[in-house]
Amino acid sequence: MTIVPYRRSVGHNAAISAIGRRRTRDRQTAVMLAGPGILLLFILFILPAIAVFAIAATDWQLGAKSFSFVGLRNFELLWQDADFWHSMINTLAFVSVCVPVTVGLGLIVALLIEAESGFRAFYRAVHFLPFMATMAAAAIAWESLLHPTIGLLNQILRSFGVQDTNWLRDENTVLPVLGAIFVWKNLGYAMLLFLAGLKTIPSDLYDAAEVDGADGPLSRLATVTLPLLGPIAMFALVVVALRAFEVFDIIKVLTQGGPGKASEMLLYTLYVESFEYLRTGYGAAVSVVFLLIVIGLTLLQVFVLDKRVHYQ
Amino acid sequence: MARHLLLLSSAALLLGPLVWMVSLSLKPPGEIFRASFSLLPEQWYAAENYMRALTVAPLPRFLSNGVIVCLTILLCQILICAPIAYALAKLQFRGRDAIFALVLVGLLLPHQVLALPLFVLCWKLGILDSYAALVLPFIVSPFGIFLFRQFFKSTSDDLMHAARLDGYSELGIVFQIMLPLARPAVIAFSILSITSHWNDLFWPLIAIRTEELMPPALGVITFRNEEAGSDYGPLMAGAAIILAPLLIAFLAAQRWFVEGLMLGSTK
Repeated sequence: MTIVPYRRSVGHNAAISAIGRRRTRDRQTAVMLAGPGILLLFILFILPAIAVFAIAATDWQLGAKSFSFVGLRNFELLWQDADFWHSMINTLAFVSVCVPVTVGLGLIVALLIEAESGFRAFYRAVHFLPFMATMAAAAIAWESLLHPTIGLLNQILRSFGVQDTNWLRDENTVLPVLGAIFVWKNLGYAMLLFLAGLKTIPSDLYDAAEVDGADGPLSRLATVTLPLLGPIAMFALVVVALRAFEVFDIIKVLTQGGPGKASEMLLYTLYVESFEYLRTGYGAAVSVVFLLIVIGLTLLQVFVLDKRVHYQ
Repeated sequence: MARHLLLLSSAALLLGPLVWMVSLSLKPPGEIFRASFSLLPEQWYAAENYMRALTVAPLPRFLSNGVIVCLTILLCQILICAPIAYALAKLQFRGRDAIFALVLVGLLLPHQVLALPLFVLCWKLGILDSYAALVLPFIVSPFGIFLFRQFFKSTSDDLMHAARLDGYSELGIVFQIMLPLARPAVIAFSILSITSHWNDLFWPLIAIRTEELMPPALGVITFRNEEAGSDYGPLMAGAAIILAPLLIAFLAAQRWFVEGLMLGSTK
């Protein structure tokens, strides 16, 4: 009778030590497999991220031998810097106009494509093509299109008797033109998100809506399609907003932030301060601001939108 | 009918800039500067423009730099990310959650923010202005780890145990069993990685000075600034040559591209 608990305890101990052995072996394997990569992740992502905050607290200039810690001085300078605010306001204006336009047009195109079955693949491919274009090269094409004398746009306007505009050198037109290029590139991306979303709407919902009296295409759109696309629309807004905050290539290629500072935006300011003016500490402070905006948007996407927008 | 009309006109607007670029690349200078508008040239000048673009700047060199850099980055990413993803998905060890949290933090960081410290790192290593500088910052991808982990998690543990009994090493399990099973993820990730590095201008602009080392995006703007200037025919031909490979690849393998890029949006 006493043997039973004894045996059980032997088995128990063996099981525990088997789990222990497995743990130890898994641990060794994990260190071998993941160790080098994790080290690289540290060196290439985590430490640089920390370093940006550290550099932002110094007056270091790239190449200088010495520097001193200045605390939040760079952020104070940033706060008082009219040029920085100009860049910030440009960015916010750009984002707040281009993002809804891109997502709205993307939605319309997606709805039109899905409305009937003809030529779906063709329309999808054509509308998505600009998103695949290497922006630096596409910007050169845009530049020739917008050229004051030989550009297609002015040629067309001229035939309607409109006077020539130097689109990229006029501070009133430069931001709208860059915005149009952004929409041109990203519309297909928003469209693709919506096309994927439309596929997930079960067709019996449309039947149910028809029973309830929503039998025209427009009332079906209003009662079923649009409400169900809500989560995708919010997702698309955030993803496209992230892309809008990261606009850089077209500014670098087409305007260099000009004329004056009329088309400077956050990432371009970051680049110029850090790598052209070599005001490293100041550039790092701009990086921190940029990082906080991007992280804020991403967390919004992950935590708030994921939970609230579904099944509203 | 209205659908076709609307979609055809939006398609025309979207293709407009690219069509205009090709149109200019076919024309002689005289026709480019003529006030009247026509899509096709009266006198075909394509051969001259494209030859000029190819001889004046090392465009093929830019493209092959792009291929070399993108493939090296992709190879490193897969070799480094897959074992980490396997460890996170299939092994039991203390600190696993902490490491996964670290990967998620990496996922949050926009790469442009890291450019300054990475520039200093490459400078200290003495690799600025080399292929190594173009490749190094990207050899580990938090998104790759994240994606592969998701796929590896969905495979059965029995498979792993059976492979161990069959004498596979742990690395063998990762690369000969897990990775082939996660093929859709590998393809999607490859497309995402290649397109983003092929198109990247920001980092090459910082890291590269020598023209012979420039990837396509940086090469084409150097070509514009230094060589072609306002010589629009060859300039447009050059832009078209740089744009063509990715656009053709997309049209040839649309389904894969769409899946890859959609996966990327969940990043």
